[in-house]
Amino acid sequence: MEILNQISASLQEGDTAAVAKLTGQAVKQKLAPKEILDRGLIAGMNVVGQKFKSHEIFLPDVLLAAKAMYAGMDVLKPLMTGESLPTMGTVVIGTVHGDLHDIGKNLVAIMLRGAGFEVIDLGKDVPPERFVDEAEKNSAQVIGMSALLTTTMPVMEKVVELAKDRGIYGKTKIIVGGAPLSADYAEEIGADAYCFDGISAVERVKDLTGAK
Amino acid sequence: MMRKIADIPVEKINPSIEKVLKGQGIPDQVKANKRTIDLARKALSSFMVLARPSAVTMEITGDQFKPIYAGEGLNADDTPLDDIIERADSFALFAVTIGETICAEIGRLFESGDYAQGAMLDSTASEGTELLANQVEQSHREYLLKKNRLASSHSTCQFSPGYCGWHVSAQKKLFQTLRPEEIGISLNDSFLMEPLKSISGAIIVGEREIFVFEDDFEFCVECRTRSCRDRIRAVKEK
Repeated sequence: MEILNQISASLQEGDTAAVAKLTGQAVKQKLAPKEILDRGLIAGMNVVGQKFKSHEIFLPDVLLAAKAMYAGMDVLKPLMTGESLPTMGTVVIGTVHGDLHDIGKNLVAIMLRGAGFEVIDLGKDVPPERFVDEAEKNSAQVIGMSALLTTTMPVMEKVVELAKDRGIYGKTKIIVGGAPLSADYAEEIGADAYCFDGISAVERVKDLTGAK
Repeated sequence: MMRKIADIPVEKINPSIEKVLKGQGIPDQVKANKRTIDLARKALSSFMVLARPSAVTMEITGDQFKPIYAGEGLNADDTPLDDIIERADSFALFAVTIGETICAEIGRLFESGDYAQGAMLDSTASEGTELLANQVEQSHREYLLKKNRLASSHSTCQFSPGYCGWHVSAQKKLFQTLRPEEIGISLNDSFLMEPLKSISGAIIVGEREIFVFEDDFEFCVECRTRSCRDRIRAVKEK
């Protein structure tokens, strides 16, 4: 479908106005919102993710594309009467208690949304209980935690323990990221994955949730 | 003990566009596209308007520095600083910040959906804060030269809690001595500084050779920045 290719191409260019306009045109052509989302917007973001991974484009291009993606999604949202926009799954995300660095967490949230996940962003300085409460409340498939300080990393282990106590561990997957972290640390505390950056977070979350 | 507070002109810490782009993960050899350059130029303009660079420095003796370095007893067993401190001539604590205004603007840009501009301003602010710390080190070096306290074979090097095996919890004693609250920097229970774009640490003075060490300590494996390499190179050039 030509218009879906145009949406994807404009999104890759980070052209917010064009994506919004073309998404509106696709709606007028009676294309199903889910088709526009999957084959236009998400398809475009997938190309962006691949290009980022192969160093053809860089962070600013990805973030401009994400903004364009949201502009398209804003056009589609009102059409989903009685139900929300179809998502790949729900991720509860935040920067752990004691830590106020949120740029990395924000980038992961933006890229997860761009990949079609619903993201519940709890912000920064988030207590362990809140991660688990919100995951339970929203039936989240994934909890994502960020820390940039060695002194706040232990909060992540508390969340894992709390998830075990509440019986959601295993069912709700746990991913961690941040400068002082490593795959070894993630394994040590019982998290399901360590994510180096936003794109790897999208890949890990897709793997863990079985989303395609 | 000499303690000095100074507001630094923002023009002295103007980041280069190349460094800002590097902060966005764009390697030196890659030519950034026009829209990325435009984002970087806008971020640099915002930086010049919004940054409020200020610094506090304080000369202390080796005996005063040792308990600050020891902090809460959580340093790595073997660190390059163990040796450097024993061989150093003098010490100064420092803390710098570019202020809360620019940090608030970064948050505002993200909240309003201007992610690319927000991330670019964040990289610009980080680079500007590094330049501010370097500027303070440079001023301290000039002060020592003026007082005939810096021999030609000697130089300075800065170290911060949280790096090179110096545990971040040492911030507590550093803050108790230096009192950077006076320039608007606070420390939380996790030893995190606010505003986030702040750097604290020690400027150590000694013979150039004492600052040269290999990056093969146990904690180096986890280090992503390896910024010690740049600092050692810089010491040789100072």
